Amino acid sequence: MPETAMDSVARATPPRVARRIRGLSDRMIAWIFVAPTIFLLLAINIFPLIWTIRLSFTNFRANRPNAETAWVGLRNYERILSDPDIWQTMQATAHFLFWTLFFQVLIGFALAWLINAKFRGSNFWTTIIVLPMMLSPAVVGNFWTFLYQPQIGLFNYVVAFFSGADPTGFTMIGEVALAPWAIVIVDTWMWTPFVMLICLAGLRSIPESIYEAAECDRASKWRQFWTITVPMVLPFLMLAVLFRGIENFKMFDLVVQLTGGGPGSTTELTSINLKREAFEKWRTGYASAYAVILFVTVFGLASIYVKALNKVKER
Amino acid sequence: MKKTHLLAASLIAAASGLAAEDAYAANLTLCWAAWDPANALVELSKDFEAQSGHKMNFEFVPWPNFADRMLNELNSGGKLCDLMIGDSQWIGLGAEAGHYVKMNDFFEANAISMDDFIPATVTGYAEWPKGTPNYWALPAYADVVGWTYRKDWFARPELQAEYKEKYGRDLDVPATLAELKDIAEFFQGREIDGKTVYGAAIYTERGSEGITMGVTNALYNYGFLYENPEKPYDMEGFVNSSGAVEGLEFYKALYDCCTPPGSSDWYMSETIDAFKSGQAALQMNFAFIWPGVNADPNVGGDRSGYFPNPAGPAGQFAQLGGQGISVVSYSSNQDAALEYIKWFAQPEVQQRWWDMGGAPALKSVVEAPGFADSQPYAQAFLDSMAIVKDFWAEPTYAELLLAMQNRVHRYVIAGEGTAQEALDALVGDWTEVFEDDGKL
Amino acid sequence: MSGASVTGPSRRLKWAAGILVVGYALITLMPLLWIMATGFKTSPDSIAYPPKVIFAPSLEGYVNLFTTQTRQTADYLAANPPQTWYEKIVHDRGMVITGTSRFGERFMNSVIIGFGSTFLSVVLGTLAAYAFSRYRIPLKDDLMFFILSTRMMPPVAVAIPIFLMFRNLGLSDTHAGMILLYTAVNLSLAVWLLKGFIDEIPREYEEAALIDGYTRFQAFTKVVLPQAATGIASTAIFCLIFAWNEYAFAVLLTSGTAQTAPPFIPTIIGVGGRDWPAVAAGATIFLVPVVVFTVLLRKHLLRGITFGAVRK
Repeated sequence: MPETAMDSVARATPPRVARRIRGLSDRMIAWIFVAPTIFLLLAINIFPLIWTIRLSFTNFRANRPNAETAWVGLRNYERILSDPDIWQTMQATAHFLFWTLFFQVLIGFALAWLINAKFRGSNFWTTIIVLPMMLSPAVVGNFWTFLYQPQIGLFNYVVAFFSGADPTGFTMIGEVALAPWAIVIVDTWMWTPFVMLICLAGLRSIPESIYEAAECDRASKWRQFWTITVPMVLPFLMLAVLFRGIENFKMFDLVVQLTGGGPGSTTELTSINLKREAFEKWRTGYASAYAVILFVTVFGLASIYVKALNKVKER
Repeated sequence: MKKTHLLAASLIAAASGLAAEDAYAANLTLCWAAWDPANALVELSKDFEAQSGHKMNFEFVPWPNFADRMLNELNSGGKLCDLMIGDSQWIGLGAEAGHYVKMNDFFEANAISMDDFIPATVTGYAEWPKGTPNYWALPAYADVVGWTYRKDWFARPELQAEYKEKYGRDLDVPATLAELKDIAEFFQGREIDGKTVYGAAIYTERGSEGITMGVTNALYNYGFLYENPEKPYDMEGFVNSSGAVEGLEFYKALYDCCTPPGSSDWYMSETIDAFKSGQAALQMNFAFIWPGVNADPNVGGDRSGYFPNPAGPAGQFAQLGGQGISVVSYSSNQDAALEYIKWFAQPEVQQRWWDMGGAPALKSVVEAPGFADSQPYAQAFLDSMAIVKDFWAEPTYAELLLAMQNRVHRYVIAGEGTAQEALDALVGDWTEVFEDDGKL
Repeated sequence: MSGASVTGPSRRLKWAAGILVVGYALITLMPLLWIMATGFKTSPDSIAYPPKVIFAPSLEGYVNLFTTQTRQTADYLAANPPQTWYEKIVHDRGMVITGTSRFGERFMNSVIIGFGSTFLSVVLGTLAAYAFSRYRIPLKDDLMFFILSTRMMPPVAVAIPIFLMFRNLGLSDTHAGMILLYTAVNLSLAVWLLKGFIDEIPREYEEAALIDGYTRFQAFTKVVLPQAATGIASTAIFCLIFAWNEYAFAVLLTSGTAQTAPPFIPTIIGVGGRDWPAVAAGATIFLVPVVVFTVLLRKHLLRGITFGAVRK
C-alpha cells in the first residue's frame, strides 16, 4: 500500500496527541460524525418546522409585516378541516398518489425483471430508460402541456395513430375526466425508471444458489417467481414506494406547470393549494396550519409504513 | 399648503440638480416581467445610460412567476429593485404598504403632468386611491385586451357569401359580442386549406390570472360591476347581477362551442401559438402581441386585422393590462431612479418607445397626426384604450383574483354548477376577503 | 452469472425480454426526442399544425436561448447588416441581438449549487451513515426516521420561515444558502442510501486495520471509504439529480444572483408567445451534465441503491 498523507501525519504526530486522537472514544467519533448532519437538519428543517407550528396559531401575514399579529388558537385548524375544497384537494392527491405508485411499481418491476434476463445490449437500453428521470420536473411539466395540445402536440397524434381515434377528439388536460390521468401518465413516464433501478438492484442481490436449490427441488419457474423472486425483492420495492410516495405527496412543480391545478380544481393537489394560500393569498398563519396538518399526515403514514417495512426486512 | 408644496418641490429640484452636478454614477436595477417589450426597453435605455452616466441593470421575471417573485421582494423590503414596472393591480399594495415612493412632488418639480397621459392609464397605473390625484407611478406600458382576426379568411368570397346567407350580415369585424360568437361558430370545425380550423382562441388559464383577464371582457359588457358605484365594497346585486350572469354564460357558451380543442388552460402565449399556427380565426389577447403578429411569417402583414373588444348589451369595455413605472421606497438610489423616470417621460423617448414596439401612454404620441396609420394595429389600440376597465387594485388584489380564478374556471371549463351559483359564491369569497382586511 | 447456468434465462426468453424492453425504451424516448427535435426547429415550425416530423433544421432556438433580441424597424435593419451567422438568423426575422441572455449565468448557478450541494451531502452523509452503521447511538432507529422525516415537508410549507431566516443571516439569494438548503434536503436520502451500503462492508476489515495499528479515523478513510465508493457514487447521482432539477425552492427563494436554470427554462419568451425552440434547446443543454455524470458513474448506479435492505 503506498504511503499516504495520513500515514505521514500519523508518524509526525507527537505520541501524546496521537494517543489523544486514538483515545477518542467511539462515542466521541460517532457524535463528531453525526453532529454536522443533525445540526444542519435542525437548522434548515426543524427550526422552520417549529416556526411554522408557532405561526399556525396566529393570523400572521407575511405581506403585512407591520400589521399586528394576534393569537387565534386553533381557529386556522378548524377552518381547514371544515373546508370542503381542501378535502377535494386531498382526494385529488390520493388519486394521484395511488395510481402513480400502482403503475410505477407494476411497470418498474416488470422492466427490471425483463432487464435482469441480461439480453444483449441490456445495459445500453437501461441507460436510455433512465433518461426521463434526469429531466427537471418543471421543464417536463411545461413541455408536456405542449405535447398534450391536440392540434400541435405529439401525444394525441400518437394515440390516434394506434387507436384510430380523432386526434382532436379528446384533450388530456382540458377534460375533467382525463386531467387526473394526464398527470398520472407524465409522472409515471418520468419516475418508473427510479422504481425499476431499485427493483433491479433487488433482483441482482438474490444469490444464484437459491434458484439452483429450487431447481433441484423441481420447483416450477412460476413457483420460483412467487416464492423466491417476489419475496426477495419486496423490501426493495417497498423502499422505492416509500421514497416515491413521499415525493409525490409533496408533488408541486410538475403538476403546477402541467395543469395549474385545472380544469376547475380537478388536479389541484395539496401542495399547489398550499402554495396559493402561502404565496398568493399570503395567509401565512393559515397556510402554516395547513402545512402542519400535511406534515402530520405524511409523518403518520410513513411511520406505520416504515414499521411494516422493518417487519418485512426481518423475515 | 401650497407654499410647503413649492418648498418641497424646489428642494427636490435642488437636490436633483446637485446630484447631476456631482455626476455620480449609480447602478440602477429595473424590475419587470420577461417579455418582448422588456427587451425593447433595454435597447431604449442605452440612451439614458449614455446621457446620465448611470448604469442600468435589468431583472426580468417570467410572467407566471412575476407577481410571486416581485411581491415577495417588496414585502420583505428588498433592495434588489430601484425601479419597478409593477402590474397595475399592485398599486394599492404599493401605496398602502409603503413599497412605492409617492410621485406628486417629483412630477410637479419636473413639470410632468398627468393630464398629458391617456386618462385611463393614469387611473389604472398611477393613482391610489383611485380617482384621487395621488400618484405612485408614471404610466409606462399601455396595454389592453383586444382581438386579432384572420383578414385573409374573412376576405374569401365563398365564405363571405355563405356567411351572408346564414346570418344575413356581411362577414366583417363584429360590432357586438353576439356577432363575434356567430363568426366563431361559423369558422369552428371548418376546413380551410386542408386543415380543420376553429373559431376563437380565448383566455382560459387557471394558474395565474388568465381566465379572469378573459372573462371580464364579457362580464363588463353584459353589466357586471365590481361594486355599487354609490357604496364601496357593496357587491351583492352588482357582481352577481342578472347581466353579470348572462355575461358569464356567454363566455362559457363561447368556450363550449367555438374554441380549439385543448384550450382549457390558455393564456397569452398559448392563444398566440394557436393563432400563429393557423388554428383559429379569432384571437383574444393583450395588444402587446400585435407587433409580433404583424411581423409573423405565417399570419403577419395583410393576413391579420385587429379590433377592440365588441360591445355587449350593457356597453363596450375592455380589460386593462399594462403597467406603470414606480420607484421602490427601499432603494438607496432614489434620485437616480427618479432621473430615469424624468428621462423616460420625455416625448421623444416615448415616441421611440412606440417605434421599437413599446406602447406609450403619452397623449402627444398617441394623438399625433399619423399615429393611427403608423401601424396596422394603431387604430385598434387607440379605440381599445378608450374603453378600458381594470380588476380590483386593492392591497388584497391577489386574494380577490384567486377567488375569481377558482370560481370562474370551475364553471366555464370544468362545467360545475351554474353561472348564478359561481357568481354568488364569488360575492361570498370577496366579502370574506374584505372582512379579513377590515374594509367591511 | 455464466450463460450456461441451469437457472439462467433461456434464449427465447432473452429475445422476448429484449423486444419488450427496447419497445418500452423507444416509447419512453419519444417525448425526449420530440424535445430535442423542437430545439432545432424554427419558431413557426415548432407550433406547426399538424405537427411537423420532418423539418428544415435551424439553430434559431439555440441562438435565442443565449441572446436577447428586439424587433427593429426595416430602415435600421437595412442600415445594419448582420456580421455573423447567428446575427443573420435573428436578422432574418426582423430582429437584432441586444445582448447575451441570462441562461449562461443561470446554468453556472446550477453547476455551482448542484455540484456543491451534492459534494456536501455525500461528505456529511457518509460520515453520519458510518456512525449509524458502526456505533451504538442512542435511539438510533428514531434518529434515522427523524432524518427521513425531514424530507416529508413540502418545500412550499417551509419556504416562508426559511426565507425569513435566510434574510436575517444574509443567506437569501446566495449560492451558499442554496447549497446548504439542498444539502439539508438531500441528506436524508444520502444517509439512508449510504447506511445500507456501509452495513454491507464486513466489520472484520476495519478490525484487522485497527490491529495493524491504524487509528479509528485511518481505518475509516483507508478501509471503509474505498469499499463504499460504489455507494457514494450512486448516492451522488441521486443527490445531483435532485439538486440539479429542483424548482420550488429556487423559484421562491432566489432571484438575480443565485437563481438556477429550472425556473428559467420553461418561461423563455420569444416574440409574443413562448419561445418553444429556445425552451427545448435549454432543456436539452441542461440535460447534458447529469447524463454525462450518470454515464461516468453508471457502473456504480445499480449496486449502490440497496438501501440497507440486503442482509448477507
